[in-house]
Amino acid sequence: MNSRELKPNGLKLFVFIASLIPLGWYAWGIQTDNLGANPIEVVTRGLGTWTLNFLLITLAATPLRHYTGWTWPLIIRRMLGLFAFFYAGLHLTTYLWFDQFFDWLAIGKDIFKRPFITAGMATFLLLIPLAVTSNARAIRKLGGRRWQQLHRMVYLCGVLAVLHYTWMVKADISNPLIYWAILAVLLSARGLWRIQKIQCQRLKNSTHRTKAARCEKH
Amino acid sequence: MHILKKPHIPPSEITPQVVYTRRRNFLQLSAGLVIAGLLPEAQAKLGPGKASVFSTAETLTSLKNVTSYNNFYEFGTAKEDPAEYAHTLRTKPWTVSIEGLVKRPRTLGMEDILKLAPLEERIYRLRCVEGWSMVIPWLGFPLASLLRQAEPLGSAKYVEFITALQPDTMPGIRRGVLDWPYTEGLRLDEAMHPLTIMAAGLYGDILPNQNGAPLRLVVPWKYGFKSGKSVVKIRFTDREPRTTWMKSSPSEYGFYSNVNPAVDHPRWSQANERRIGEFFKRKTLLFNGYADQVAQLYTGLDLRKYF
Repeated sequence: MNSRELKPNGLKLFVFIASLIPLGWYAWGIQTDNLGANPIEVVTRGLGTWTLNFLLITLAATPLRHYTGWTWPLIIRRMLGLFAFFYAGLHLTTYLWFDQFFDWLAIGKDIFKRPFITAGMATFLLLIPLAVTSNARAIRKLGGRRWQQLHRMVYLCGVLAVLHYTWMVKADISNPLIYWAILAVLLSARGLWRIQKIQCQRLKNSTHRTKAARCEKH
Repeated sequence: MHILKKPHIPPSEITPQVVYTRRRNFLQLSAGLVIAGLLPEAQAKLGPGKASVFSTAETLTSLKNVTSYNNFYEFGTAKEDPAEYAHTLRTKPWTVSIEGLVKRPRTLGMEDILKLAPLEERIYRLRCVEGWSMVIPWLGFPLASLLRQAEPLGSAKYVEFITALQPDTMPGIRRGVLDWPYTEGLRLDEAMHPLTIMAAGLYGDILPNQNGAPLRLVVPWKYGFKSGKSVVKIRFTDREPRTTWMKSSPSEYGFYSNVNPAVDHPRWSQANERRIGEFFKRKTLLFNGYADQVAQLYTGLDLRKYF
């Protein structure tokens, strides 16, 4: 193994361990009875929050790469996305188990009657195909373009997840608004460089060679 | 009049005296020990209160949980915010004014209010609209004995409760989460019902600030938000008051807000509840288990429409 390969592996190991800290925190909190009067609520909500956090961190990887030129965000992007799915799964499990105790009739009613549950469940379902195809084999099988199109669904997941959070809170939507703001920045960053790309394309087709060359650099 | 009728309590609900005195002694001792460590020595103890037939024999929620898991949005919207920030609330001096459709509008000081009626210990279930519940040993007296002081007029049909607004001590009100001051309301017969109390204490001692010091409403068959904290004004009206939560979200919070497992909150089910300290959920009971005492208040009323 040469040093070139070692570096990304070290980074990946670091991110992997760091990503497990929230889970460890809640496990330790339950073990030591340190989560307050309603520990199940704290764990359920905490796992939901960390799903959102990982979704937004994952969505930040590509813009970070684009605007800084750093390559490391792309090295860890897949792992971050899979951790978003991992926390989403745990979050869903706490709901199915500790909130509903696997009362499937009540769960079914919840999904159809309560918009915030509908949005949350939709987010999880849409994350499944993304998680399943987060490997080199799936990319080869689907082809890069189709794979990319499929994985653009993560934008929708981000929107649905924050919507789920917004519809859940009782009166104080200040925290959901923070998530909306970050999501808006991350999604519009993509919109911005798409527009730039289109403009470059136009310049290339026109006679402004120098401008087009400058454009390419971005 | 039905509110004067003796409530029917099934014998199974009545705790034998030996049991409750033993429990009471233990609780007083333990609560006393805990609170003694928390409060300055000058604070006089309020309890013990007279035992009440309305008290439940269910296991009490711990003092720690009762005082650290609160909704008191004036001090922030997180459950732990009130315990952290409510210490600044000024509770002395405290007056409650009673006005509106009354013969004798008056303003009473806290000292006089406490002399109106002997303090009773009322161990009540508390069911929050969010789906959790507690069992709390309140120290209080029937609201009726306070309301009678002002001699309500025959035209009075409703009672509005206005709670404290102290912008300098309440960090939560700087944010427009709700329309302050926090306001609640009851129908007159609900307010006069013997189960409805003004609490000045819990666990045998004065109310901690986060629980609504120095005087709060407790209406055990309604969702917790109906029981306004730190009440400063009581107003008799002939029209149904618009409460803070009704203004905030009229489709989600009705005037009655009686605990009812059959009427869901639009965004979540009310069929079950998690009793704080328990793992499994319990079935929520109609009128929070006080149907025998209060169901007759709502005879003929469509509880779905008047939720």
